[in-house]
Amino acid sequence: MGLDIRYPIGFLFSIIGIMLTIFGLITGSNAEMYHRSLDININLWTGLGMVIFGGFMLVFAYRTTKKKARKKKE
Amino acid sequence: MEQSFDLGWIDYSIMLIYFIFVLGIGWTLKKYMKSSTDFLEAGRSLPAWITGLAFIATNLGALEVMGMAASGAKYGIATVHFYWIGAIPAMIFLAIFMMPFYYNSKARSVPEYLKLRFDEKTRGFNAVTFAVMTIFASGISMYALAMLMETLLGWDFNFSLFISAVIVLVYVYLGGLTSAIYNEVLQFFLIVVGFLPLVIIALIHIGGWEGLKTSLDVVAVNNGFEAGAYTESWRHMGSPESNPLGVGIMGVVVGLGFVLSFGYWCTNFLVVQRAMAADSISAARKTPLIGAIPKMFIPFLVILPGMIAIALTSDPDSGFALPIKGEAYDFDKTIPMMLGHYFPTGVLGLGLTALIASFMSGMAGNVTAFNTVFTYDIYQAYINKSKSDKHYLRVGQLTTIFGILVSILAAYVASLFNNLMDFLQLVFAFINAPLFATFLLGMFWKRGTGHGAFFGLLSGTAAAALHHGLTIPAGAMTLVKGGWLGTIVHTYPSEMAQNFWTAIYAFITCFVLTMVISSLTKQLKTDDQLKGLVYSLTPKEKEEGLKWHEKPVTLAIIVGIISIILSILFW
Repeated sequence: MGLDIRYPIGFLFSIIGIMLTIFGLITGSNAEMYHRSLDININLWTGLGMVIFGGFMLVFAYRTTKKKARKKKE
Repeated sequence: MEQSFDLGWIDYSIMLIYFIFVLGIGWTLKKYMKSSTDFLEAGRSLPAWITGLAFIATNLGALEVMGMAASGAKYGIATVHFYWIGAIPAMIFLAIFMMPFYYNSKARSVPEYLKLRFDEKTRGFNAVTFAVMTIFASGISMYALAMLMETLLGWDFNFSLFISAVIVLVYVYLGGLTSAIYNEVLQFFLIVVGFLPLVIIALIHIGGWEGLKTSLDVVAVNNGFEAGAYTESWRHMGSPESNPLGVGIMGVVVGLGFVLSFGYWCTNFLVVQRAMAADSISAARKTPLIGAIPKMFIPFLVILPGMIAIALTSDPDSGFALPIKGEAYDFDKTIPMMLGHYFPTGVLGLGLTALIASFMSGMAGNVTAFNTVFTYDIYQAYINKSKSDKHYLRVGQLTTIFGILVSILAAYVASLFNNLMDFLQLVFAFINAPLFATFLLGMFWKRGTGHGAFFGLLSGTAAAALHHGLTIPAGAMTLVKGGWLGTIVHTYPSEMAQNFWTAIYAFITCFVLTMVISSLTKQLKTDDQLKGLVYSLTPKEKEEGLKWHEKPVTLAIIVGIISIILSILFW
């Protein structure tokens, strides 16, 4: 099928990841809010994890696209 | 839930972005839907890693996630039997022995394989029961999602039902099976990212695995078991009385590990369809094996939260307790309660989005399987035989709308008659239990005949019903649980033990009767017709061009070894 699923996964995880990271940074000082997650800024860490995963997906998808384009030329 | 969650703008934004992506995937795939094969079989063009993840993701619906967490709280680590013994061996068997027949025969669905191998009536029976079953499964998923949205988010039940139905309808209508599979892959990653933080935080809270063990030892002793009964999976399986499952080793290994698990993973078109969408025979064979790798580790994601929940509940100082329902804990609330307890706004939205995603992909999975079986095995087989492919593509698309509408109806039926749903699930369990015997004999015994298969299946189903009618689990309150024939021959220590043994009797009955009736009837299929459908008449698969590490067998051995190691670690 024409659509490489790694693009939507990569973009979705990157976008949500960036949102959570920024949200985590803004709310980081709110001790009451993070009391339930054992004083761990779980938004920040989950967000960072998602950005890294999403980034990997995008890099792999992009490499495949480039490889295919090169093959087409030859 | 006693009160609904307090969600902020960020939680709703995450949900909204997810919905946009889901619909966007369907929209992008629309232009590739040119034939019925594209729409109903994903063009048989997907790589193994995608079909492999979809293979397990379609089984990892929200009901499964919440149900397994509930079982983790109720039975402890013994719940892993549904994974390491109750799924992995069957997935390996499907990949190595059965997939070549499914993929290389011209069958486009599991019922169609039955027609090629046996006869029309066996296919008809399987197609109709499967179609009804998937629609109800999709309806139950829809109902559960709407209930969850009503209690957690405070949304109106009808509105929740409507919105989830419309989203699933749009993306399946546009992109068919490919769309469903892509969203299953997406949902798989969302479940991982939504639940991993929960597991990590909860584990830190309870003091790691050692802390969990200490707490659950107390729970085990309080419930009348040896310390360790909730944290050691095999050691207490000697007798049904010594473990929380209430099942002995025979019930687990033969009932769950063999009959039920092989019946589900090897013959249920819902999962087999994912493998059949792969782009080559070797990708199709690798599909269940690639799926098996995450499958082995999913217990840590879904069962652990349940185990931690019951450990925390037993400690009055923990600040967490499962709600009480009647005389027992309301185990089904485990996941929503844990999410609400540990997650602040932000990741809470992510966790809920993961749950919603898995509900919707559960619905979509059933709807796409229904589409294919209805279009090829009911419509094309009995209603309108020889039309152009364009016609069947159109029928497939319209069946999506029809399937969703009937699912909505089923969801309302579910909300009205709780017992009716239990009853229907029971009937389907009777129909499913003997099915693996039919496939086993079909694929490995060329003498098996159409009459043998059909009447073997019917009597296996009847045997399941009979066994259920003559036995009850301890403490049964309603006739849906068994014993409706008046005389009770045996009382099982638990409902699960009764289910496992029902399956065993159904399997044996179907197996024996199929053999007997086949021997007495004439084989109407010639050897030539059975080529590619039966093991002994099919030329051996040549895997030239595949290096040793690319072969399915290598992967199967690796998967087998890891799951044995895991079983030993948690013995």
